[in-house]
Amino acid sequence: MKKFLEKFSIHFVLIAVSLLSIFPFIWLISTSLKGPDENIFAYPPTIIPTDFTWANYTGVWDKVDFIGYFVNSMIVAGGTVLLNLILSAMAGYPLARMEFKGKKIAFFSILATIMIPFQAIMLPVYLITLKLHLVDSVNNFAGYVGLIMPFAVSAFGIFLMRQAFLGIPREMEEAAIVDGCTVWQLFTKVLIPMVKPSLAVLAIFTFIGSWGEFLWPSIVLTKESMYTLPVGVNNLQGMFSSNWRFIAAGSILSTIPILIFFLCMQRYFISGENEGAVKG
Amino acid sequence: MFKYYGKYAPYLFLLPAGIVLLIFFFIPFFHTFVLSFQDYSTSIYHPAWVGLQNYIKLLHNPVFYKVMLNTFIYLFVAVPFLVIFPLFVAILINQKIRGVTLYKILIYLPVIVSIVVAAIAFKWLYADQGILNYIVTSMGFQSIGWLTDPDWALYSVIWVTIWKGIGYYMIIYLAALMSVPKELYEACDIDGANFFTKHLTVTIPHIMPTIALVTTISAISAMKVFAEIYVMTKGGPLNSSKTIVYYIYERAFENLDLGYASAMAVVLLIIVMAFSLINIFCFERNKYQL
Repeated sequence: MKKFLEKFSIHFVLIAVSLLSIFPFIWLISTSLKGPDENIFAYPPTIIPTDFTWANYTGVWDKVDFIGYFVNSMIVAGGTVLLNLILSAMAGYPLARMEFKGKKIAFFSILATIMIPFQAIMLPVYLITLKLHLVDSVNNFAGYVGLIMPFAVSAFGIFLMRQAFLGIPREMEEAAIVDGCTVWQLFTKVLIPMVKPSLAVLAIFTFIGSWGEFLWPSIVLTKESMYTLPVGVNNLQGMFSSNWRFIAAGSILSTIPILIFFLCMQRYFISGENEGAVKG
Repeated sequence: MFKYYGKYAPYLFLLPAGIVLLIFFFIPFFHTFVLSFQDYSTSIYHPAWVGLQNYIKLLHNPVFYKVMLNTFIYLFVAVPFLVIFPLFVAILINQKIRGVTLYKILIYLPVIVSIVVAAIAFKWLYADQGILNYIVTSMGFQSIGWLTDPDWALYSVIWVTIWKGIGYYMIIYLAALMSVPKELYEACDIDGANFFTKHLTVTIPHIMPTIALVTTISAISAMKVFAEIYVMTKGGPLNSSKTIVYYIYERAFENLDLGYASAMAVVLLIIVMAFSLINIFCFERNKYQL
């Protein structure tokens, strides 16, 4: 009996915390499905719509270029992930395996960047991006590059990859060199396949971070056609001022891609093995 | 081991990342200090050197004090909550019960959803005639201006940051809880210790390093909040929910006062670097050993 009571109260608390976590979305979904004949400010509020409709979704879909926002987000997140994988792996390898002059300086300079928050240096980053003409007013490609470059590599990624290379037995490298590999072949053909799990972790967390990034794109973007999803969703508030049905429908629509991604990759997030993955 | 790589190989491997870090981290880092000694408010193309004037202006600006106060309130409300509550949830999830994965997914959901969507969802809950005020008034209280009353706005925004962080820190704690030896709990059960004594005497001392880590990383992210404020209140009403990053953004990109904003960025930089140093040297040392 005591065991049962204990289990019951644990479930009770966890259900309450789960509801707390998802209720804001449930309420948003509920609002997005309510038709014009239903007062969304009704007291008492109704969770299940009485005037059920999909019209808010089709309405907001027709007025807002979600596909465009999605494509922009994909390009920016994809580019950010790709560059992070390449640059972090390349930088992590010599830090793990090679002896060279200035290694200490390189190591501690990279470590120092962990301490520098982007928010504190964003003004000069913005000025440099303007100087390099990496903004969407030049052309779309430059706009994408400008969105990606400040996040193209992170100390977190470099240290993650360094750790991965440290875990590979040295005999692997010796064998490959004896077989006549060059350093570059050794790196790309032998070592990279062995650190795939770490690359996957880096890719997934970089993707989530880049996908949700809001501050930087809202500073540099000038054209609506270049908006990423978070910027586009924020813009809904201005477009539909107090039409909460449309704002809710648009917000939910924009969340579907990342929700699918999360559900497919959930073990990476909730297993706890990747607790070092620091969010932006 | 024989040296199998050329003299320049390590540098060539480091070069691409080095260039990016140089252009987008190191130069901007030093440039922030340079900008803070300049005045851009009269001309954006020909800034004047003004020495410490931006800092002096900052110290005479009541809004700056308000903003710093708000930032520290943010810190002192969000951090204790994010240190304690996710630990409590993690301990519950760590018990042998059914449905653990589902609970984890649901509680983690706010972490992966865009902060903009989260802020919009809460703006809707906080609406003057919204569902929260329905609950408040049906309990017999006056309805609350969650985002429109200067006494409430900051706390309403802080709650969104907390809500979005619970799952993230819960997972960090869960990883730490796996390392607590099971025998200790069994010993507690034999001694007849109850739930709270068990975790106060066994769990918490064991995962102290993780608790410290969560304290510093949640403090650093509380210093950096922006989107919540931008989407929900724009720092208002009457600067009541304005924190430092939002104020930097406002001064720089709305008032085009880059020098003044940079002086504030230096303040932010110093505070965050102090937290990070504590973090790196005290809690994550083994991760960053050469």
